[in-house]
Amino acid sequence: MSDLKQELKEKIITQLNLEDIAIEEIADNDSLFGDGLGLDSIDALELIVMLDKDYGIKLTDPKEGKKIFESIEVMANYITQHRTK
Amino acid sequence: MKAQDLKIKEYCRISNNRVLLNDQLLYEDQGTDFNTFIKLAYKKMDTNYPKFFKMDDLSKLGFLASDILLKPITQDSEISKNIALVFSNSASSLKTDRKHQGSIVDKENYFPSPAVFVYTLPNICLGEISIKHRLYSENSFFIFNHFNAGYLHDYASSLIKTNKADEVLCGWINCDAEDYEAFLYLVSTEGSIAHNKEEIIKLYTTK
Repeated sequence: MSDLKQELKEKIITQLNLEDIAIEEIADNDSLFGDGLGLDSIDALELIVMLDKDYGIKLTDPKEGKKIFESIEVMANYITQHRTK
Repeated sequence: MKAQDLKIKEYCRISNNRVLLNDQLLYEDQGTDFNTFIKLAYKKMDTNYPKFFKMDDLSKLGFLASDILLKPITQDSEISKNIALVFSNSASSLKTDRKHQGSIVDKENYFPSPAVFVYTLPNICLGEISIKHRLYSENSFFIFNHFNAGYLHDYASSLIKTNKADEVLCGWINCDAEDYEAFLYLVSTEGSIAHNKEEIIKLYTTK
């Protein structure tokens, strides 16, 4: 699980172009949106694509993302339970 | 107001890995590709705007050139300035269009990126600039075969003469494959350079 969390932090920084943020600055329970990392709606769509492409998880309702992308901790738990690759 | 009363207040060029303001060199780095150069130039210009890194190359280029000209005007002002944006180029958003196409060409590996797709229009660049500088002004992005000084001159003059704008940020922002070029100038009632087709061409061709 801790490897997956590290992997997610790396992917989020690289794929969402968060150039000014280091992996160490993202805590497992930090909010990814709003006052946390400050991700926006386009980032949310990128994360949905990432779940599909890298973990084989298809979200049919984008609103599901609101809960799943709450934090790295929540994302890692969800991916562990639902991944197909 | 007569067209001959209008002036070119300032102008900015980003090309050949150099950033110039009114022909004065602000930054140069000849040893890097565009991606590295534009990020280093962004940091050198002290442009604190993390969303910059999410933009496509065309928007990064237009955003940085605009920021150099607009920051002194807008950064300390609470009131939105009526500065219109009139940009042009020949490649539209082709560089990003190709990137998007590359992500959808294989039906077995079909993962288009929303963050790339949103930049498959050149005028998105104008939106990025308007958001940063709180502009609610007129904006247009024209596609020409070549830099069209006459059209930009007439359009900017018309916007100011008809009170649609107080000033107009005009120019050419082009980006395709490895080539890029930004040339922007601010048309105003202040300044020392006459705003006419000949002066615009002279400034554009002096590289």
